[in-house]
Amino acid sequence: MSHIGVDRWVAESEDREEQYSGWTAPARRLIDKVPSGWRLGVFLGVVALYPFLVKPAGVRIGITVLLLALLALGLNVVVGWAGLLDLGYVAFYGFGAYFYAIVSSDQIGLHWPTWVAIPVVVAATAVLGALLSLPSRRLVGDYLAIMTLFFTQVFVEIVVNFERLPGVETDLTGGPNGIPGVAPWVLFGFEFNTFNRNFYLLLFLLVLLIVGLRNIDDSRTGRAWRALREDTLAAEHMTTPVNRLKMLAFVVGAAIAGLTGTIFASVQVGVFPNNFLLTFLITIYAALILGGLGSIPGVVLGAIAVAFTPEILRNPGVAGWLFYLGLVVLLVVVLKRWVRIVSVLAGLVAFGYLVRGLALSIWDQSILGTANDTFVSRMVDGWVLVLGDHQNIVSNYAFVLAVAFLLGVIATKGWWKAALLIPTVYLGILVWENKLALQPSVTRQLLFGGVLVVMMAVRPQGILGTRRVEIT
Amino acid sequence: MEFFLQQTVNGLTLGSVYALVALGYSMVYGVLKFLNFAHGEVYMFGAFAGYGVLTVLGGPSALMVPVWLALALMFVGAVAVSSAIGVALERFAYRPLRKATRLAPLISAIGASFFLQAAALLLFTANSRSFDAPTLIPIQTGMPLGPINVWAIRILVIVTALVLMILLTWWVRSSRVGKAVRAVSFDTEAAAMMGVDVDRVIVVTFLIGSALAGVGGVMVGLVFGRIFHLMGFIAGLKAFTAAVVGGIGSIPGAMLGGLLIGFAESYTTAYISSTFQNLIVFGLLIIFLLLRPSGILGRPELVKV
Repeated sequence: MSHIGVDRWVAESEDREEQYSGWTAPARRLIDKVPSGWRLGVFLGVVALYPFLVKPAGVRIGITVLLLALLALGLNVVVGWAGLLDLGYVAFYGFGAYFYAIVSSDQIGLHWPTWVAIPVVVAATAVLGALLSLPSRRLVGDYLAIMTLFFTQVFVEIVVNFERLPGVETDLTGGPNGIPGVAPWVLFGFEFNTFNRNFYLLLFLLVLLIVGLRNIDDSRTGRAWRALREDTLAAEHMTTPVNRLKMLAFVVGAAIAGLTGTIFASVQVGVFPNNFLLTFLITIYAALILGGLGSIPGVVLGAIAVAFTPEILRNPGVAGWLFYLGLVVLLVVVLKRWVRIVSVLAGLVAFGYLVRGLALSIWDQSILGTANDTFVSRMVDGWVLVLGDHQNIVSNYAFVLAVAFLLGVIATKGWWKAALLIPTVYLGILVWENKLALQPSVTRQLLFGGVLVVMMAVRPQGILGTRRVEIT
Repeated sequence: MEFFLQQTVNGLTLGSVYALVALGYSMVYGVLKFLNFAHGEVYMFGAFAGYGVLTVLGGPSALMVPVWLALALMFVGAVAVSSAIGVALERFAYRPLRKATRLAPLISAIGASFFLQAAALLLFTANSRSFDAPTLIPIQTGMPLGPINVWAIRILVIVTALVLMILLTWWVRSSRVGKAVRAVSFDTEAAAMMGVDVDRVIVVTFLIGSALAGVGGVMVGLVFGRIFHLMGFIAGLKAFTAAVVGGIGSIPGAMLGGLLIGFAESYTTAYISSTFQNLIVFGLLIIFLLLRPSGILGRPELVKV
């Protein structure tokens, strides 16, 4: 389907029609019926009530979600709209946070008022963004990605080893220990020193940003960015100022990241080098890709999903429920027909008891360990093998086998797929009960990495994104 | 002079490893025109596979088989694991995206790299392991080279890398499949029309590139001792640097680039600063990318509409 010579509304209505088919159709139709202003209003209302409904720890999580949403929206400008794969984004965030921390702490004795610090930090980050955009004049695609990745790496190395740089006398960054004791934002005599105050500050900024970005999206610049993304060469021939637009995208993204960085430094009351590693960059990308590149509500939704994941995984009870629920959904989506679903489930139960019986008849009861102390884990305890002494080594082999079987499931069709699913799911449960449930941070990494790969293959436009057309 | 020679041997060893890893980047870029971000992780898994074989054989101090056999089996294990991962990556993470937008395979590769890193963390934990090469091959006096003695293990690494590169060059030049690889990297569509099985060529490319990375992983373990789950990231970046400096898509270029980066790193560490060796190597790449993105031996690519 090509959009050349098709009026934009017609083109988008075709896209909308397409999205009205498939399993997300009812949700999409419902969302599209509501005017966007109302949608934002409802979202705002629900989120504004959030701090009243949860404990202070919940508000802290809410702050993480909002920070991630702001960052993902900024990255969306560069990656989603202008189509430049920027892997240096987390360095802008770190630069903003460090700059703010240096001028508002005892590190070198500077205590700038917030209304001075914020504009200076944001402007400086924007300038840095403009500088990093210079290589994008010559480099595209993979080269730009790797170049910006070096930037992230260089940033971390400089921050950690700042003291040892030649010609440096004062230690600006505190090296690996970071900068503790950063002063919170103070605006008009109002100190943002509690979780609740910071939550509403972030919410206010998020709404401001959403409104601003919506206007940019519909503007001349927004359309030019999309032209750039779809076909740079063609855009250039249509006299679009390609280099200026690339720089503008980098500047806007960097400024948003810098601003978010200052709030992060103020909320965390300190900055540390390991806040700005590649892992966090992948987290932002996961939010962006999951929600949908280029779509503002999608990005916010993705940020909510991604930021809540570690919190859910940290609570073994909830994580267990979600894991098994996910398995059931997976079975239904993959197998589709109820005959197969029922036979796979029956086969799974039999397979589990068979493996357990075999293992216990070869060795004895002493190989068994204690199940995790959650409701679901106790339910499956008599069925799946929960090991004692050899838990680690066995679940390692099970993990490798599970991945291999999963790849087999993807590569096969029909009843073969159903048959292969039985050992796959069994091994998955074995690994979960023996290992993954106990290591939430690794599980999260596996999940985010997997999400990026799976989303690209299955639904590259994300949950709420629009399909892109690339003409070659 | 002694010190300089020692550093040269260091650079040569390191450079041979980078060259092996860089070949994988370069070959894949040649046929698919895309950067396999997960290549560094393939190399890391190769190193761990070698370590696994060594452990199964009784560990460096209590080997059950002769040393030469243990070394051979380590390389075989690493090649098997690495090429399996490489081929699986191609089949499941990249093949569905052949016709997708330019960003899609890149993002998929970043995701795959992250997934493999997490899998390594899960399987091997965050502890680093040591091959303990001095116990494994206790030959202190290798070849006397002027005023210095070169460790036997380094000679082994350099010679193995050299032999592999010569074999690869011959294979790409003269064998049937090698010619097909060159044809595909020159013009995929035309090659397909001439009856070249493009899918098969791509699989073979991934297979060979990943196998070389696995060999490189074991070599790093043997020479520099420690292996850990994050080792693939920085090494991958440097090997990519090597591929770019040499001219991406060019096989002799990748070898040349690998050696250059190896020397640059070794001399920087020795004469300038060990803290900032990474910064200096990356700085080199940035300058290279900006001034001559096509590399030393590469040809500039024209944008076609």
